[in-house]
Amino acid sequence: MSPANDGPSPLYLVLGDEELLVDRAVTSVLDVARKVDPTADLSRVKVSDITPAELAELLSPSLFAEGRVVALLGAQEIGKELAEAVAGYVKQPSEGIFLVVVHTGGGRAKHAKELPAQLKKAGARVAECKKLTKPQEREAFVRDEAKRAGGKIDPRAISALTETVGSDLRELASATAQLVADTGGHITEDAVRRYHRGKAEVTGFAVAEKAVTGDRAGALEALRWASHLGVPHVLIADALADAVRTIAKVSHIRGVDPFSVAGELGMPPWKVKKALAQARGWDSGSLATAMQVVADVNADVKGAAASPDYALEHAVLRLIAARQHP
Amino acid sequence: MTPTGVWSQVVGQSEAIGVLQRAARAAAEIAVGRTPAPGAMTHAWLFTGPPGSGRSVAARAFAAALECSTYDPDDTGATMPPGCGQCNACHTAMNGTHADIREVVPEGLSISVAEMRSLVQAAARRPSTGHWRVVLIEDADRLTEGAANALLKAVEEPPERTVFLLCAPSDHPDDVSVTIRSRCRLLGLRTPPADEIAEVLIARDGIDEDTARWAASICAGHVGRARRLATDEKARARRQSVLNVPLNLRRTQDLFTSADDLVKAAETDAATVSDELDDAERQALETAMGAGGTGKGTASATRGAKGALKDLERRQKSRATRTQRDALDLALMDLAGFYRDVLTQTLGSAAPLYHPDRAQDVATAASNWTPESVLRRLEAVLAAREAIDANVKPRIAIEAMVATLHRGR
Repeated sequence: MSPANDGPSPLYLVLGDEELLVDRAVTSVLDVARKVDPTADLSRVKVSDITPAELAELLSPSLFAEGRVVALLGAQEIGKELAEAVAGYVKQPSEGIFLVVVHTGGGRAKHAKELPAQLKKAGARVAECKKLTKPQEREAFVRDEAKRAGGKIDPRAISALTETVGSDLRELASATAQLVADTGGHITEDAVRRYHRGKAEVTGFAVAEKAVTGDRAGALEALRWASHLGVPHVLIADALADAVRTIAKVSHIRGVDPFSVAGELGMPPWKVKKALAQARGWDSGSLATAMQVVADVNADVKGAAASPDYALEHAVLRLIAARQHP
Repeated sequence: MTPTGVWSQVVGQSEAIGVLQRAARAAAEIAVGRTPAPGAMTHAWLFTGPPGSGRSVAARAFAAALECSTYDPDDTGATMPPGCGQCNACHTAMNGTHADIREVVPEGLSISVAEMRSLVQAAARRPSTGHWRVVLIEDADRLTEGAANALLKAVEEPPERTVFLLCAPSDHPDDVSVTIRSRCRLLGLRTPPADEIAEVLIARDGIDEDTARWAASICAGHVGRARRLATDEKARARRQSVLNVPLNLRRTQDLFTSADDLVKAAETDAATVSDELDDAERQALETAMGAGGTGKGTASATRGAKGALKDLERRQKSRATRTQRDALDLALMDLAGFYRDVLTQTLGSAAPLYHPDRAQDVATAASNWTPESVLRRLEAVLAAREAIDANVKPRIAIEAMVATLHRGR
């Protein structure tokens, strides 16, 4: 992850939009610069706030050749003239100056999109800082964080931590570092539970899944968490409707391979499989009632009911009641 | 007497035409400086009537009659009422291009306050080429509360030569606020009889007699719908597929295919409209805001364009939603008509059918279903209409409805 491992280079490219990782990459360049010159300082400038002339001033060697790190932030929005100035500079970098270009990898204009390729061609060290989207990636991140802080963490503790802290990397990193300090190096699930309680993220789908499987207590708990965390009511109502519809769609399938009907139903196979498991306990009568319930609650959360919170709870209870006594 | 000139467009409304012609004659007298009998002409009118009865057509014909330039109030021998349909003023008025007639035809879900405020300003001016300044608001039921209030003052005491023409399905407070209603003269239109609709289709649109009579019999008094059904193959197919729904619901799977058909058809309608208009409108606006220009100053000229484009996109989205809802509403009304027919049959009433061409299906359904279950199905259709109006996702509302149609309890 760190671009600075292989010794100093006058040019760095930080690609990606995961804020924490970008920050770390920039700081690591500063560390490298300080090894060369302990007085080196870091100036962060946004491409929108700077003119080519100002950039040239920042990038020209000073009289006493102090080390300097210039971080050019938000380079995906770079203007044409500034992009030309950067392209001109990288051909002949000044001594003692480290230029770090931070770019999300996207960009609208042609010159902004092409900038990363140009820098790579000019020999820039590249640090990839893409957003971590998969749960496994986040778990690996937490494990690395624990190692970085000089400790280790149990797999069960990792999942407990992601459940209670959420998916924001900055929060995960600081929570992990704190836990390493507090527990003396080895983080167990108990330790996580001692310091962190509750749930950081509950989706409407989690509520809906519990509601259609008849888990009254679980569904209501998830719903309370969701409303506590500010999940929009409309999203929960839509998730309920989607869950009921999915079950209704697969309810008439008996003993057929889920993979063969997936295309016909317009759903991915895993969804068919899951819905088939959830469809136990439902029949056509109870499903019709359930569809009416989710249609009602859809109107309720859009202003028909005085309290959308109550409307959702009532709908969840009615769904569970419909499943038991159609 | 068959109406002449612009009045021939107004189908089956002889009484209303009489009132409007008297008013237009009085208006012509006022225009030349005389004082006609009081009460004939009024400064604000509210046209009400069932959908398709021709509210806006009647309003437009009246506007044309007010502007008509061939009618001479001094010529006592003249038998023609104002609104000859031949002169320039009549032509432009009927085409919506007359300089003194301001038409408000909402494409979106509602008419905004801002729109009404600018309208009030425009209404205060004197007529430029014609005798009257006419403000015509189609679908006054889409006025928001604020927009209706912005209109109040102007409708109550308009300038001397300004006339307000408002159209709404009814004068019920749900459609038109009581404050607007009390400031207007009410003109109710009736459902035009099938014979007259057929005659208009034959005479004006050149449709052969059989098709015209068939279309007029199944359109439930909606002139525009009759013409569409008579001329558009797709509209006929759509209506057939909607009316097939009730008897095709046998298994649970059918439920989703039927709901899917209904929703998809509406979505396609909206997409067609968007395809036709969105890009062209966008390009026109971009060009107007200076896109594609070269040379000095083009960058600063286009800077403000983003906001205007966002605004346009918002209006286009509103229009797409409305198109989709209108299409669904039409289908739901056809369905409701079917269940109504079944109900009249099961109860042994001899009332004329809404869908006479489906008498066979209606009889089949009537022999299989109890009146209670038919009524419950009818209620489900009407509930779905209300739900869609309350912003429920169309697909969810329609699926819930079809589930009830399937079970009937």
